[in-house]
Amino acid sequence: MSRFSRFILPLVLFALLVVVLAIGIRQSPDKDLIPSPLIGKPAPDFSLPSLTAPGQRVSSAQLRGHWYLFNVWGTWCYACRMEHPMLLKIKQMGLIPMVGLDWKDDRADALSFLKEQGDPYQTIAVDHDGSEAIMWGVYGAPESFLVNPQGIVVYKFIGPITQQDWEQHILPRLQTGATAAAPASS
Amino acid sequence: MIPELGQFALILAMLLAALQAFFGIVGPALKRDRWMAAVTPAVCGQVVMVATSMGCLVASFVMNDFSVAYVAENSNSALPLFYRVAAVWGSHSGSLILWIFLLACWSLAAAFGTSRLPKPFASRVLGVLGLISFGFLLYTLATSNPFLRLNPPWPDGEDLNPILQDPGLAGHPPILYTGYVGLAVAFAFAGAAMLEGRLDRDWARWTRPWTTAAWAFLSCGIALGSWWAYYTLGWGGFWFWDPVENASFMPWLMATALIHSLAVTEKRGLFKSWTLLLAVLAFSLSLVGTFLVRSGVLVSVHSFAASPTRGTFILAFLVAMIGGALALYAWRAPLLKSDAGFELTARESFLLFNNILLVTACATVFAGTIAPLISSALNLGKLSVGPPYFNPTFLLSILPLLALLSVGIHARWKRGNLSDHARILILTLIAAAVIGCAVVFGLFTGGRVLAPVGVTLGAWIILSSLIDPIDRLRRHISIPRAVLGMTIAHIGLGIFVISITSVEGFTAERDVSLAQGATAHMGAYEFRFEGVKPIEGPNYSGVGGTVIVTRNGAPVAVMHPEKREYWVQHTVTTASSITMYRTSNILIALGQDLGDGRWSLRLQVRPLVTFIWLAAFIMAAGGMLAITDRRYRSTRAEAPAAAPVGAMTRSEAG
Repeated sequence: MSRFSRFILPLVLFALLVVVLAIGIRQSPDKDLIPSPLIGKPAPDFSLPSLTAPGQRVSSAQLRGHWYLFNVWGTWCYACRMEHPMLLKIKQMGLIPMVGLDWKDDRADALSFLKEQGDPYQTIAVDHDGSEAIMWGVYGAPESFLVNPQGIVVYKFIGPITQQDWEQHILPRLQTGATAAAPASS
Repeated sequence: MIPELGQFALILAMLLAALQAFFGIVGPALKRDRWMAAVTPAVCGQVVMVATSMGCLVASFVMNDFSVAYVAENSNSALPLFYRVAAVWGSHSGSLILWIFLLACWSLAAAFGTSRLPKPFASRVLGVLGLISFGFLLYTLATSNPFLRLNPPWPDGEDLNPILQDPGLAGHPPILYTGYVGLAVAFAFAGAAMLEGRLDRDWARWTRPWTTAAWAFLSCGIALGSWWAYYTLGWGGFWFWDPVENASFMPWLMATALIHSLAVTEKRGLFKSWTLLLAVLAFSLSLVGTFLVRSGVLVSVHSFAASPTRGTFILAFLVAMIGGALALYAWRAPLLKSDAGFELTARESFLLFNNILLVTACATVFAGTIAPLISSALNLGKLSVGPPYFNPTFLLSILPLLALLSVGIHARWKRGNLSDHARILILTLIAAAVIGCAVVFGLFTGGRVLAPVGVTLGAWIILSSLIDPIDRLRRHISIPRAVLGMTIAHIGLGIFVISITSVEGFTAERDVSLAQGATAHMGAYEFRFEGVKPIEGPNYSGVGGTVIVTRNGAPVAVMHPEKREYWVQHTVTTASSITMYRTSNILIALGQDLGDGRWSLRLQVRPLVTFIWLAAFIMAAGGMLAITDRRYRSTRAEAPAAAPVGAMTRSEAG
């Protein structure tokens, strides 16, 4: 190896490494979000007791055929309480029904909280021991999953949804998904 | 008020770092004495500002100021005080502050340690350190400010991640970072030499103690991290070849190579450009490691909250620092001339092999760490690289290294004549082989092929390291501390090799399901499960099991593995119970409740596992002892201005 290349080689190798790292960054645009293996896959099948209607069950089969936002929450979770007003707002817009998963919560606490603050959900499933949340790969409450009429998870959002998140991340996906799905369903 | 003060101090620190870099690098270039004289005050000012900032962050945690976003996200009013302080570096932004604080401490030590070196050289060293510090401060303020406020403040915080609520967390990051950041000093010495375009044997003598100190801290930090993973992650593993672990291990391998190559440069004036390159690469690998961990390009169990902005920023910083240093190297290194040649069996050859093998080992770890990244960059799909790749490839370069060590330490400088020591070396090898086989086939049965080889090599390293000190003792020749330190570090390595061989070869493990009162057997051990009870901690609740362990009927221990649920984050962690019995570690982890009073349990007996960490501390202690050698303290006749050992030299300096 010539004298020149011996000393320039480290610099060349480093330049190559920088290219790889730069591509690595570019290919991970949503790194703030933990990628969910569920995206593009069918939502887990479940059948769980209902929070609001004792004796009845909430199941994934009932939810087929329309869009829904699956929201994991609990009264013990401070961020969920912060998110709550936004959920009520989403309900008011009437664009998408919300299905709650009351995660590792006390039934009485949950009911009194909803009575006080308002109930944004269409139905609420109870996941008392947290086993359902594991099926969904829940990392921490609140987390929301956008599910399409075919029961496929389109998007996962971690943390409390704000107005901005709703407009930037969730609504566009709902709209493009809805128009794409429209010809097929009609 | 306190968070704002902290942020203000951070901004001032950044400005001072910029001044330090400017005066330190431009001053000597323009030969302005007064500019060079301003460097040390700038360092002192920066240390005060960084310490103030760090203090403000600690205070925000201690006072439970949940209007600070970083505090609210990483602490809770129920968190014990000790962990509220440790939570400062529990997440991304705060650990950067810790990094910057430690860099400031090293800079201060370097300012005092280089005060008797030639002025232009000392300024350049501090100037390069100022550049690094400036980069990190800018990065923190631009992308990861820990002092951002929340409006409205949260009534309570989200708590520290429960797996981080452990005494190990308090010590592991500061010590590891001290090592990481310490390599910046060696980098700065290399940078100063390249800026000056001159590198002599004195340079190597000045650089050695700094490198060794950083290396010793790095050794302790890695060992603590491994120990922490062993007893908190609950699976009984101690090394996972995880990207974060590799990020600390690669600089360690480079620093080890650097220590040995510096020895050649100091003694013989050889390997100059190679030593420079290693000094640049060792710190570069800590920077690249930082990038890999914090940019989110790799997924890891330890990962920090990652974001593309942060990644882009660190990448730009890497290009500036490492790219700059390597370009300087390509320009200046061809000017350096070696002082002399050497023979094939001389000590220089052995150290050259040492360097080649260590760098090869580092390269294989590096390749495995970034392979997933390359694969996804080229759209070849997701790739996962684990122990099946790392273990054999790493051993391929490390086994010859261990075998050459025992011979190499007895080779002479310049002219190799091994026949003086041939007899004793062969004798020790035979003794080591006997020990190896006796240990492997006598005490244990059914070991793997590598086990006798590993124990033999480890024992040989220990025995051959002892030849020279024993010889000196018999002839009443004093042993310099550098030699003693080296011997201790090599013995530590021997112990490490033996213990890791024994752990890899002879660990016994069983997953069992036991009802209350039932027993399980593993080897000579019997485990009797006494059921579980609810337990209550300061910020968690859970269940604790009781297991009575006996060996051949004799009582060994009563162990209490726990499963904890932390209230705030609702995370369940496994607190396994570990006890040491006759050099073996017995680990019991409580698994799932299987109903009807039955629980799944993991039982594990790992022989000598504690000695892995102990060995790392022995190596570090050897390094620290070597630093105190007279050679680094005294000023030699031909180089009257030389006392590079920092604070340790000050008692002697007067």
